[in-house]
Amino acid sequence: MKEVLTISAIFEIAPQLWRGVQITVSILIASALFAYAMSFIAGLCRLSNNFLLRKLTGFYVELFRGTSLIVQLFWLYYAVPMLFGINLGSNWWIGVIAIGLNYGAYLSEVVRSSILSVSQGQYEAATALNMSSFQRMRFIIFPQAVRMMLPEFGNYTIQILKGTSLVSLIGLTDILYYGDVMRSTSLSLSPLIYLTALIFYFILALPLIFLTRKAEKIAKKGAAS
Amino acid sequence: MNLNYWSWDTFFDALPVILQGLGITIGLTFASYLFALIFGFLWTFLRRIPNRFVHFIVTWTMEFIRSTPPLVQLFFIYYALPVIPYIGISLHPFACAVLGLGIHFSTYIGEIYRSGIENVDKGQWEASTALNISTWDKWRKIILPQAIPPTIPMLGNYFIIMFKEVPLASTIGVAGIMLLARSYGAENWSYLEPLTIVGIIFLVLSYPSAVLIKKLENRFNKRFHKNQIMKDKGAMQ
Repeated sequence: MKEVLTISAIFEIAPQLWRGVQITVSILIASALFAYAMSFIAGLCRLSNNFLLRKLTGFYVELFRGTSLIVQLFWLYYAVPMLFGINLGSNWWIGVIAIGLNYGAYLSEVVRSSILSVSQGQYEAATALNMSSFQRMRFIIFPQAVRMMLPEFGNYTIQILKGTSLVSLIGLTDILYYGDVMRSTSLSLSPLIYLTALIFYFILALPLIFLTRKAEKIAKKGAAS
Repeated sequence: MNLNYWSWDTFFDALPVILQGLGITIGLTFASYLFALIFGFLWTFLRRIPNRFVHFIVTWTMEFIRSTPPLVQLFFIYYALPVIPYIGISLHPFACAVLGLGIHFSTYIGEIYRSGIENVDKGQWEASTALNISTWDKWRKIILPQAIPPTIPMLGNYFIIMFKEVPLASTIGVAGIMLLARSYGAENWSYLEPLTIVGIIFLVLSYPSAVLIKKLENRFNKRFHKNQIMKDKGAMQ
């Protein structure tokens, strides 16, 4: 029992958990980039004039928003290799694909609603200036919409960081995995182990929190200034 | 695509087994949501304490809870809470999940309440002071009845979000649909059908509720939009 109270135990725990930071951060970066890419692809496809494209991406978005990340992760882990006979590479890739597809679906709604919220006058002015629809999107609509998206992208990146903790359930050696390994050998230390793990996650989240606050300011300022 | 692995026999064999956990899953959603609704008020009022130090502590505690994984928080409550000396208590997995998910989402709910309270017109505060209404009555009869209804669609969204986080509780042994599906999979060496069933259940329950909330939101927007226009006009004069 005394063991628990010694704060010096943190110096034992932290290096152990540190071994998992690499996996957590690599999954965070890869799945965030994947989610951003998916969000722009799906968000723009849902605004396209093509009926089939719109319905297909709508199906993807509702499918992934309607079920939870943990279900999707297990489905990709257990069911996809069985059903399609394909190997997704490694568990690392399964984690990245599941998190990326899930948050890509959420973010695509952000992309879509930001583009839709650019005022109608901007579209009309761009058309009046004889811009092609690509130019209109590239130079007029998109730069204004992106500013509005930034805060939500920040918030969802924090959500992605939180989501990465699930990959320990499919055997990836992230921060939580090493925490669980330590807990199984020394249960009395577990309050400090999980507290340290939470602090690790919080330190990783801090830059994202500050970036999100900055993004909120940028979004408020608007494109004009 | 190799459909040979898909077996309808397994599907219909697993379906009744998994559906047994549906009550637990939905019950856990309601219980932790209720907990979050009540606990959210605590955050909101703690943040209103006019002391810089307290404000700083409360704000960053909320930020800490909100930006760390709920899974780790669940593990903390399930594994670590019982071994903390003196205050340690051992809880049933269901209670752990209510506490863990409830506290995690109460920080979000608290923010929603705050936005609702901040949107109440300043004149309402001044009027209740002018009329010498007690603090208790001011909150109960003037501020909260105006602050909370506009936030109902947002609160509803969080209900759906929490429903989708509930399968996390399977990791600490709450026998909802997720845990039953995984144990069925482990016993029969077929994860495909049980996990698909879980996905379908989530989709079937969350998609219609999302549509319902969207409708509710539109109705509320119309109703409160009128007030907003009147408020804007007042501001201009």
